[in-house]
Amino acid sequence: MEERKHLIELWDICKVYKMGDSEVRANDGISFTIDDGEMVAIVGKSGSGKSTIMNIIGALDVPTSGCYCLNGIDVSKMNDNQLAEIRNKQIGFIFQQYNLLPKMNLLGNVELPLLYAGIGENKRSELAMKSLKRVGLGDKWKNRPNQLSGGQQQRVSIARALAGNPSLILADEPTGALDSRTSKEVLDFLKELNEEGNTIVIITHDNSIALEAKRVIKIHDGKVSFDGHVEEYRKLVV
Amino acid sequence: MKISQAVKMAFSSLAGNKMRSFLTMLGMIIGVSAVIAMMSIMDGMIGYTMDSFGGMGASQITVNLTSQTDTRQLSDDEVYKFLEENPDYFVEVSPCVTMMQSLRNEHESLDNKSVSGVSEAYAAMEEDEIGEGRFLSYLDVEKRNKVCVIGTYIADQLYNDVGVLGSNLKIGSDTYKIVGIMEEQEDSEENSADDCVYIPYTTAARASGNARISTYYFQMKSTDASDASQDVLENFLYSVFHDSDMYTVINMASLLDMMDDMVGMMENILVGIAAISLLVAGIGIMNIMLVSVSERTREIGIRKSLGAKKRDIRYQFAIEAATVSTLGGIIGILLGGLLTTVLGNLVGIDCSPSMSAIGISFGVSAGIGLLFGFLPANKAANLNPIDALRNE
Ligand SMILES: Nc1ncnc2c1ncn2[C@@H]1O[C@H](COP(=O)(O)OP(=O)(O)OP(=O)(O)O)[C@@H](O)[C@H]1O
Ligand SMILES: [Mg+2]
Repeated sequence: MEERKHLIELWDICKVYKMGDSEVRANDGISFTIDDGEMVAIVGKSGSGKSTIMNIIGALDVPTSGCYCLNGIDVSKMNDNQLAEIRNKQIGFIFQQYNLLPKMNLLGNVELPLLYAGIGENKRSELAMKSLKRVGLGDKWKNRPNQLSGGQQQRVSIARALAGNPSLILADEPTGALDSRTSKEVLDFLKELNEEGNTIVIITHDNSIALEAKRVIKIHDGKVSFDGHVEEYRKLVV
Repeated sequence: MKISQAVKMAFSSLAGNKMRSFLTMLGMIIGVSAVIAMMSIMDGMIGYTMDSFGGMGASQITVNLTSQTDTRQLSDDEVYKFLEENPDYFVEVSPCVTMMQSLRNEHESLDNKSVSGVSEAYAAMEEDEIGEGRFLSYLDVEKRNKVCVIGTYIADQLYNDVGVLGSNLKIGSDTYKIVGIMEEQEDSEENSADDCVYIPYTTAARASGNARISTYYFQMKSTDASDASQDVLENFLYSVFHDSDMYTVINMASLLDMMDDMVGMMENILVGIAAISLLVAGIGIMNIMLVSVSERTREIGIRKSLGAKKRDIRYQFAIEAATVSTLGGIIGILLGGLLTTVLGNLVGIDCSPSMSAIGISFGVSAGIGLLFGFLPANKAANLNPIDALRNE
């Protein structure tokens, strides 16, 4: 039987922060794999090491030890420029605070990853426009981010994440700044994207949001304490 | 990323913070406009001075015998003899006796006019052309004829330009016949080159009651040998007077050389001042760019998270600095041009913005932007994306 290729492979990831004499093991031997097309929630209490593992998965940082392969390529020993390339081509970030550039219009914001991918002006705005339309904000492309509601801004950041057609969409507390109704909208939208075949990883401390995913990985004190189907997780928490 | 894209980005970023962009540019604007105005006005002034010096004849040496005594004196015959003995250095000489006299004819009179007693060689030495009639002749000098040649201003004032030649002109108490009119040089204005009366120096010496001639204009054979010619002349004078305080020798060529040196020095000083002011402007730009990098840490983090490489960020900030700087440079050039015209008019000197100053300012301002933008740009490029994103 041929083994299926994983999108994400984490082998014994450790991240150690040194603070003077003491050291914090933010990630302490994390291993799991995520396949193409999955929708995974990574949950854990504050300080458990979620952001740390997200930074590593998102190629914003490299582990102190362990191995991280994305699409079969070892990312854990890459230099800054190679990491930037990975972020640009493979990963679409969705942040809690949207992280849009306030002085650019929506189109300009969505174009950014394409700009750094070296795509020409015409093609860039075409792709960005398509992406903006995909999140239902095509007619507002001229607006500035601050002229939009929080939910709309988060949709723009989703459009930006989608624009470069990445292999992985990485959402860090995507609903953290939204009320429950808009949160649901955003989550439903992410689910929809997943249905279309996008791989989605959501980092959250909120169990109710984790329960919207198909698979849940729980981090506790920098280690994986649960990894399984969402229904099994539901039984644990309810 | 293409440069056009980067410049576009720089412009929108600058437009997003107009007040600050303007203040950043201000140093550049003031620096460049001051440099251009200074250099252009300087150029204008040099041109003006050179023109007026050039009019005096660069190949002339003027000798003033400040004091002559019975035992130590120099006659015009001895001077002419000296001229004949030194054909390698001097081609002409004209004694000069200047007096202030009133000019009168039947109708009009002019008071306190300068009347120059010169030799027949004078007009040629000064490269002054005769308009009508003739200039003084050797015979006029020899015979102490009472003839005169006048400038167009005098002809205009006393005769309204009609029937001038052959008329009589009363200079002081003597009557002179007008034999020539000089060609107009400066619109026949008062106190210009056209405001002149020439008579034979021999006649003038007698009329002034002072037989000793104290001023001689020598025409050198070549300005290249001006120092040697001056030496020869000074040796001759010393052999006569045995005291260098009794005469002065003014050499136009060496004066011009000195002027050139001084102008060169002034220009160097200006370049120094320009360099310092542009340096200060560059430091101002660096300072504000550093602040801007700190303020835009989050933006940098976002861009990096989306795949911007170090060199993309470095490029963005360097181009931004160069753009502010160049823009400031351009505004400075325009302002400098305006300032030059206004100040030039005020001083009454013909000034036009110096092209070299404009070229240099433009290049230097762009270069300074890049140079002083480099440190802030590097700082931005080296930010860690995680820390930058966490920045509020
Ligand atoms: N740059 C750093 N330097 C030192 N310690 C750090 C650093 N980043 C994280 N830590 C520590 O590592 C541990 C895990 O942090 P992490 O940010 O991954 O937690 P988290 O699960 O994201 O928490 P939260 O839900 O509050 O965001 C914490 O104890 C934290 O103090
Ligand atoms: Mg966190």
